[in-house]
Amino acid sequence: MRIILTAAAVLTLAVLPVAAPWLQFVLTLAIAKGFAALGVAVLLRAGLISIGHAMFFAASAYGVAFLAHAGINDLGLLLLLSVLVAALTGAIAGAFLVRYRAIFFAMLNLAVSMVFYALCAKLYGVTGGTDGMPVPIPAVFGIIFAEPVFKSVLFYLSLALMVLVGLAVQRYLDSPLGHALSAVHTNEIRLEYLGIPVWAVLLIAYVISAALAGLGGAISAFAIGRVVPDFAFWTASGHLVLIAVLGGIGGVPGAFIGALFLELLHSAAVTVTDAWNLIVGMALIIVIMFMPQGIYGLFARKEASSP
Amino acid sequence: MSNAIIPLLLDSLASAALIFFAAVGLTLVFSVLRVLNVAHGSLYSIGGYAAASACLFIASRQLNSYLSFAALLFSAVFVAAIFGPLIERSLVRWTYGKSEAVQILITFGLFLILEDLQRLVFGVQSLYEDAPMRLLGTSSIGGVVYLNYQILLVGMAVLVVVGLRLLINHTRLGRLITAVVTDREMAQSIGIDTNRIFVLAFSLGVFLAALGGALSTPTSGIAPGLGADTMVLAFAVAAIGGLGQIEGAAVASLIVGLARVLAIYLAPSLDAVAPYAAMLVVLLIRPYGLFGSVTARRI
Repeated sequence: MRIILTAAAVLTLAVLPVAAPWLQFVLTLAIAKGFAALGVAVLLRAGLISIGHAMFFAASAYGVAFLAHAGINDLGLLLLLSVLVAALTGAIAGAFLVRYRAIFFAMLNLAVSMVFYALCAKLYGVTGGTDGMPVPIPAVFGIIFAEPVFKSVLFYLSLALMVLVGLAVQRYLDSPLGHALSAVHTNEIRLEYLGIPVWAVLLIAYVISAALAGLGGAISAFAIGRVVPDFAFWTASGHLVLIAVLGGIGGVPGAFIGALFLELLHSAAVTVTDAWNLIVGMALIIVIMFMPQGIYGLFARKEASSP
Repeated sequence: MSNAIIPLLLDSLASAALIFFAAVGLTLVFSVLRVLNVAHGSLYSIGGYAAASACLFIASRQLNSYLSFAALLFSAVFVAAIFGPLIERSLVRWTYGKSEAVQILITFGLFLILEDLQRLVFGVQSLYEDAPMRLLGTSSIGGVVYLNYQILLVGMAVLVVVGLRLLINHTRLGRLITAVVTDREMAQSIGIDTNRIFVLAFSLGVFLAALGGALSTPTSGIAPGLGADTMVLAFAVAAIGGLGQIEGAAVASLIVGLARVLAIYLAPSLDAVAPYAAMLVVLLIRPYGLFGSVTARRI
């Protein structure tokens, strides 16, 4: 049942841009943010809230821009290397950050990401300051497409990655290593008595979540064609947290459903108001107070109650 | 060299004083309510906007410019009286006893809302009115010229430390607060109205933040984004000093102020990094901050 539902959803997504071409960009960004939110959701399982994950999103996006600048011109290679950049950044930051819990974890992530943002915006000679850096259209298996074609290729590639990476993350979460995350949340000391190194469990989760955020960042960099420091701004991290919370208990699909919901809402809301963060903040509070299981929880509950 | 050091030290003292106002409110609210208010920085900038608007109003009506000092203080009281009870009763109270994750998310949502509200109400232009600073003028000691307003800032910060200590150690309200901090359930069961204490403590925290914001406007003006920067700085200071420690926050803001000014002096592009570098060093050596006490882990 679940597989059919998922397949139907992915097919719908694949067909939608054919019917409404303007949706393609929105959907590509939604999937990209879904990856990043999935990263936040992985840490959320361990009860850790990162309000700085946009840093890894931006680190990988800047990675793409720098590598393209250095002459690497292959989409696959750029994606792979930039995700590695994010994972490496995650390993360095994580080695320090996973020692902390709750408030300290959240605020230190925020602090580190704001330092990153400040550096991106201030080091004009290296990162182009607030002007950002351009991302040229890369070759796909040696072929350089025209821009509209490349954007389509990118969209379908992200869709395929969503399924593949989604399955991989699901496997990870179902593995003992993944279950250890919720055990950290419930009782971390018990875990230590069982001989499981909490530090390593969390560091692996942190690196995975940074890599996921990085994948999203790289896709966004290609989709938008420019990398700016705002990618790393704390409001961007806030959106990721909201998506992860919206996705709620939905696990892997939840993050993408949340991202789609929010991106579509965003593209509808910008025509009416520019107070987007206001809406995000209110939505966050409303979801936490009244729908603690996220929007996925609503569907799941309906499914359970229907015979 | 020594000629450059003295104004530098004074700058760092003044900047430490401003950070201290934000941090001490944060740390006070945390120790009483056990909630880290992520929206605390926004209240600092709202205080700043209120004060700047009031001072601009006074300047535009050509009223007596000494009124702007009253305006600075009054706008902080105003912000605290409105936002303190409102936020505590509507949002923060709901999170008592819930997990820290929920508390962070709720106050973070509030933070997003308040930041956008300020942008909607006050626009993206920066506001600047330096009448209070000009009125006090400058003095010079030993050939070094400095702003009297900076001395006022440092004096106010010292006053706040002493005032808070007196309040907590020598008044009835202070004893009630101490009782609630030490053992919330016991305090409740001997008849202390904890809800009242929470509203009062939260509003006091808002007042201190708003006062910091108000006092900062004559020197640096106010622009969007100040709330986020202040929040992270205030947390850095509170964490260095140990969450919940008033004197700790004072010492920590001196460290951060000094680190920041030294960075501006030595490597200007790194000034944003200096406070966090200081925080990282302190937390690596003492994870609970300089004055924090180690709490047992939950089993």
